[in-house]
This record gives sequence, C-alpha cells and structure tokens, in this order.
Amino acid sequence: MKLSKAWIVVLLVVIALISLRAMTGQGMGRVYVKAAPQTVEISADAATGTEAKTIRWMEWHAVPPKDYTAAQAADPAQTSIQMSWARTIGLWMAAFFTLAIFSFMYRDNPGYRVAEAVIIGVSAAYWMVIGFWDTIVPKLLGGLTPAFVREHILPTQIDQSFTQNIAMWCALALGIMLLMRLSSKGAWISLWPLAFIIGVTAGLKIVSHVESDLLAQSVATFKPLAAVQRDASGAFDLMPTIWKSLANILVVVGVLCCLVYFFFSVEHKGLVGRGARVGIWYLMITFGAAFGFTVMGRVALLAARMEFLFDDWLWLIDPAGKRAVDVAAMIVGI
Amino acid sequence: MDGYGGIQVSGFVRFLESLDRRWIYLAMAIAVAGPIIYIGLTGKTLPETATPAAQAVFDAIEELPSGGHVLFSFDFDPASGGELIPMATSIVRQCAARGHKMVFIALWPLGAQLVDETIKRVITADYPHMKEGVDYINFGYQAGNEAVMKVMLTDFAKAFPNSSNGTPTTQIPVVHGVTRASDFPLLVTISAGYPGAKEWIQYVVSSSGGRIKMVTGCTGVQTPQLYPYYPTQLTGMLGAIKGAAEYESIVNDAICKAHPGTTTPAKYLEAQRRMGPQLGAHLLMVVLIILGNIAFFAQKRAAAGAKS
Repeated sequence: MKLSKAWIVVLLVVIALISLRAMTGQGMGRVYVKAAPQTVEISADAATGTEAKTIRWMEWHAVPPKDYTAAQAADPAQTSIQMSWARTIGLWMAAFFTLAIFSFMYRDNPGYRVAEAVIIGVSAAYWMVIGFWDTIVPKLLGGLTPAFVREHILPTQIDQSFTQNIAMWCALALGIMLLMRLSSKGAWISLWPLAFIIGVTAGLKIVSHVESDLLAQSVATFKPLAAVQRDASGAFDLMPTIWKSLANILVVVGVLCCLVYFFFSVEHKGLVGRGARVGIWYLMITFGAAFGFTVMGRVALLAARMEFLFDDWLWLIDPAGKRAVDVAAMIVGI
Repeated sequence: MDGYGGIQVSGFVRFLESLDRRWIYLAMAIAVAGPIIYIGLTGKTLPETATPAAQAVFDAIEELPSGGHVLFSFDFDPASGGELIPMATSIVRQCAARGHKMVFIALWPLGAQLVDETIKRVITADYPHMKEGVDYINFGYQAGNEAVMKVMLTDFAKAFPNSSNGTPTTQIPVVHGVTRASDFPLLVTISAGYPGAKEWIQYVVSSSGGRIKMVTGCTGVQTPQLYPYYPTQLTGMLGAIKGAAEYESIVNDAICKAHPGTTTPAKYLEAQRRMGPQLGAHLLMVVLIILGNIAFFAQKRAAAGAKS
C-alpha cells in the first residue's frame, strides 16, 4: 500500500516541525540530573560483631532544565548538574514508542510491531520477577525457612509461627500438585489443588457479595417514594422534596423494571412486557453512561501522552515552569 | 449512481460515507492537541463546579480531626496515571495540609513506586516539616489481593510486617495504636481495576460494620460500576478526570483561602489542564455523532425511496 499524497504532506509537516524544534534555540528532549551524595553511618555492635563503618554513594536526582541553565550561568565549569545521557535516551525511547503505538492508527507497520513486542516482553518479564521476589521468596521460602531467607536473601524477613510454617508446607505441596498439570499421566493430581482454590475463592466471594452487594444494595433500594425535605429551620422545602422524591422513584422503578427484564419464567407480554421494555431503557442508559466514562478515560490517557510529547520531549509547552522560558520564546525555540 | 437504487443522495453524504477513518483520527489528535498547547502556553484552565460525590471526598477529609489516620491504597499503575495521579496528588495534598497521619500501601506492584513519587511531589516538596515514619509511611506493595485485605481486618502488622524501607511495623511511630484496618477512620483508594475500590468495599468496608469510611478516586471505566455503592458504602467518589478536576479545584480554593496571597503551583492544576482536551474531544465527538446520524438517515431515506 502506498501513502496517499495528503498523508505524505501531513507526515512531512510533522517531521519538519519536529526538526525545526530540535535544531533551534534551547533544543528539546534532554534530561538533567544533580549529584546528591549519600552517607550512612553504621555504629559498632558488639552483640552482632558489626564494625563501625561509613558507607558513601552517589545518587543522581532529575532536576528541571532551568536549574542547569542557572548553574551554567553562575559557573560555566560546574559539573554538579549535568545532562544524563541514559535518562535522555530513555526519554527519546519513550517518545519513539509512544509514536510507534500511535502509528497503528494509520496502519499496521514494523514500528508498531516492535513497540508491541517490547511491551509484551517487558510485561511478561516484569510479572515473573514480581511473582518471584514478592510471592515465592518472602511468602513461600520465607515461610518455610525464615532464618535462611533472612541470612541470605531478605534481611527483613520475620520468623513464622509453627502453624504458619505448617501452612506453608501445605502451600508448597499444593503448588507442586498444581504443576502436575504439565504431566500427561499425573494431570489428575492437579485437580485437588484446583478444587481447593475454587472452594476457598467461592467461600470468600459468597460471604463478601452477600454482605456488600445483596444485602447492603437491597437496603439501599428501600427508599421513601415521597422524601420530605426540610430546610435549616425545619420548614418544609418543596423543590428539594420534589427532586429527592423523583430520584428515589427513578431508582425504585429502575430496579424493578431491570429485574423484570431478566425474569424469563413469564412471557414478556402486557404489564410484564412493558416493565421489561422500561428495564431495557434503563440498561441502555447505563451502557451509554459506561461508554461515556470510558471515552472520557481514554481521552484523558491520550491527553497525558500528548502532554508528555509536547512538554518533556518537544519542549513546546511548559505548564510546570521547568524551563522558565517565556511563551513566545518557547514557540520559536529561542 | 450511488448504490441506492438510483436515488441520488447529496455529495456531502457520499463524502461522509467514503471518509477514511484516519482523517477522523487526525481530527481527534488536533482536537486534543490544540487545547493542550493553548493551555500549556497560557496557563488558563476551565472553571469547575464540584458535584456532590467530589465534594463528599473533600468533606470526609476535612471532617477528620487533624492528626487522624488515613490509610491510602494505591491500586493502579502508570497506565492509568493520566487519570489517577492528579487525584492522588490532590488528596495527599489536602491530607498533608490538614496534618493527617498518612499510611500508604499498594496492592498493585507499581503502586509502590507511585506512592514514592507522590510523597516526593507533595510531602517532601511542600510539607518538608512532615517526617517519614512519624507523619507518613510507605509500606509498599504486598501480594495477595483480597487475602491482604482480609488479614488487615484482624492484624495490620501481619499483612504489612515491614515498611518499604525495611523498618519493622512495630517500630514505626505513625502506626502506633493501629492494630487492624478498622483503626483507620478513613480509607482512600486510588483504583484502576482489580484489586481496587470494589474489593475494598466488599472485603473491608462491609465487614467493618460501618467503622471505616471510604472514599475513592477511580478511572472512568470503573466509575459506573462503583456508583451503586455511593453514598451508603462509599462516602465519596472522584470519577475519572472530571472528578479529579472538580476535587482539585476545591482543594486549591480551600488552600488559597487558608493562605491568602499564595498562588497554586502548576503541579496541582494537572487535572484541570486536562479538561481542555476533554472539551475539544467531546465537541468533536458530538459533531461526528450528528454527522453520522445525518448520513444514516439520508441512507435510510434514499433506500426507502428506491423501494417505493
């Protein structure tokens, strides 16, 4: 497929604007960092045989570009604030991947596929690391052998009670049984831990749903159809009474009609049919509201990415005053 | 001929029918980018009026006596940051201004890093007198979803034995006197999905017998699912970026009133800035829906004309 002439023009205009922005004035897309020396004093402890020592290391904290400009103006030879190549490359990669994902709206392309593959790969690796370091090490290994884990892996690991320790051995056994799904002959063994998981989950969910959704929501539906409202002096207030009563009536009618719609034991004819029809209207309005909120959420995410491109990458806008350059100068890049 | 049995439809309708969807994407990009650049250059934002749900979040934090404990659960990751970070920033700011004790936890792995960023952005930058461990603490991420909530109901220290920097919970002054979740009078969840606000209501608020008040800031996708819980089980709610902008404006007004002559830093106007692109995008969508309906009814009319 060839790019149409109109799209080539759009693409060239965008590339020209970005190039212009990059080559004029203070440029774009750089990250500056400031050296922040860190020190920790460890005092001697005869009980544990720890010797007194001082540990020093350097941290580099991101600072706004205006701090670099000010530091350079004061002392052109200063090195406490400098450009971070690593973070700058990270920023440009973020911009590249953002544009690569956006490019799918034009059509599928290698840039999009690279970005998609990177997201999938990074996510999978990240979740594996999280699962290992936040579940298997502290919860399973830490539960089975707390002293070993504290000594060699996690210094903050606390001891477990005898019952907790036994529970962890059970968890280990169930985990191994679950892995038997990978075996063709022993796959049936994995049904036992699955049954355990389903049973525990169902038990937890049933109780919480009955409490918070069935009972509490039913109670919340019992509303007075004539909700008399009074003002601060205790006098009857007409308009709030009308609005509150109307709101309560809408809730009660909506609940009843939606329940009727999902009641299939009786044919939807006559009064039942009309009630079900009102129920459909309620459902449609609910779906519309849900769709509207979803759109709002997605537009907010799009706006956040565009802000990143215009602010952090292109240095075209500066709402947070990070670069302290006036508006006109920002537009022309001086 | 136009595919309607010889009946002519206008050129404009034919143009709409054959319009490449990519021009709509470009129009949407311009509708969103235009207000961002305008607001970014001028600093002007749209006025906001708080709805009762957003006002209820503000009131719940205000009504808590100064120094009261607030439990924050950051149940989101950077993917939802565009909507939720402005809410988190403003809620932490209001709590810090009121002098509340803040205890942060995360049930999403990346929530812990977002807690750190929020603490740096708000508390370290603007409330430097607040001390870690005394006025606030980050317990970081804990795996287990609902199981963590259930354990917190009976033993907070068991669910979070250490803070994120490794200090044992029993040695952290800010949680002295806190033994279980119901010892927190106010729970704030910033929620993007599962586990999130719904699970907190189901497993903690409902089980606490009304001792815990809960407010939430949630994504647009979650908002319709949580409305049934408001205001009985959920004291207040910030729905999507609109809720964030409303709440941000109330907090900014309150702090400016308390400290006359101060201006609001740009980092506390993030949600209000994002309402400009919302306006542009929504106007474009309204126009597109109208045009789509015009094309639909024109087609229908032409088809009916062809039959007759």
